[in-house]
Amino acid sequence: MQTIMFGLLAVTAVVSAVLMITRKNPVYSILWLVLAFFCFAGLYVLLGANFLAAIQIVVYAGAIMVLFLFVVMMLNLREPEKLEERSPLWVGMGTIVGLGLGLVLLAYFVRSKAGVGMVEPSEQAYAMGSATWLGKELFTTYVLPVEIAGVLLLAAVIGAVALAKKTRV
Amino acid sequence: MIEIGLNHYLWLAAGLFTIGVIGVLTRRNVLIIFMSVELMLNSANLTLIAYSHFLENIVGQVMVFFSMTVAAAEVGIGLAIVVTIFRNLETLDVTKLNILKN
Repeated sequence: MQTIMFGLLAVTAVVSAVLMITRKNPVYSILWLVLAFFCFAGLYVLLGANFLAAIQIVVYAGAIMVLFLFVVMMLNLREPEKLEERSPLWVGMGTIVGLGLGLVLLAYFVRSKAGVGMVEPSEQAYAMGSATWLGKELFTTYVLPVEIAGVLLLAAVIGAVALAKKTRV
Repeated sequence: MIEIGLNHYLWLAAGLFTIGVIGVLTRRNVLIIFMSVELMLNSANLTLIAYSHFLENIVGQVMVFFSMTVAAAEVGIGLAIVVTIFRNLETLDVTKLNILKN
C-alpha cells in the first residue's frame, strides 16, 4: 500500500514538475506547480509529518501560489509567446548541466550509502509529526528561533509594502 | 513488493532538485525561474523530513518549519521586486535586466 502510494505521488510530482518548467504560459506553470506541491504534502503524510503536510497545503499550495497567480494577472502580459525563450542550444546545454548535477547527487547518495539499512522505523516516527509534538518542541527548545521568525515575517511584510509602492525609482 | 526506504525519498528529492536546476538554467521568464527555486527548496525540505522520519528525530521537521517560514518571507519580497522590475522596465525577461551595464 505504502509502496503504491509512494510510486503514484513520486511519478505525479516528477511529471508535473517537468510540465511546470516547460509550459510557455506562466499560469499553466503555476497550476502544475500547485499539483507538485500537493504531491509533496502527500509524501509528508507518508512520512508521518501530518502537521507539516497541512502547512504545506495551506502555505505553499494556498498562499504562495495564489500570490504568484495574482502577480501574473497583475502584470497583464497580453501575449505570453511574446517573451521569446532561450535558443535550443542554450536549453540543451542547460539540460545537460542540470542532469550532470543530478547524476552527481545520485552518485553521492549511492556511494555514501546514506539510506542503507533504514527501511521502516517504529511507531513513534509516525506519532512524531503531530502538532502536539512539533508544537512542544517549537515552544520549548526552539522558542528563540520562533520569535526571530516572527520578526523576519514582520520585516518581510514591511519590505514588500515599501517595495511595491507606486513610486518610480 | 519493494519496501520504500530512505534511499527512495533521497532519489526522488534529487530528481526534483535537478528539474528545478534545469528550470532555472533554461527559462528566461523571471517568474518561472522563481518557481523553479521554490521547487528546489521543497525538494530539500523533503530530504529533511525523510531523514527526520527514518532517524526518529524531530529536529528535521522543526528545520522544515523554519525553512517554510523563510520561504514565505522570501516569496513576498521576491514578488514585490518582480512587480517593481516590471513597472520600471516593462519586461520579465532576465536577459533584458542589464541596465547597470551602461
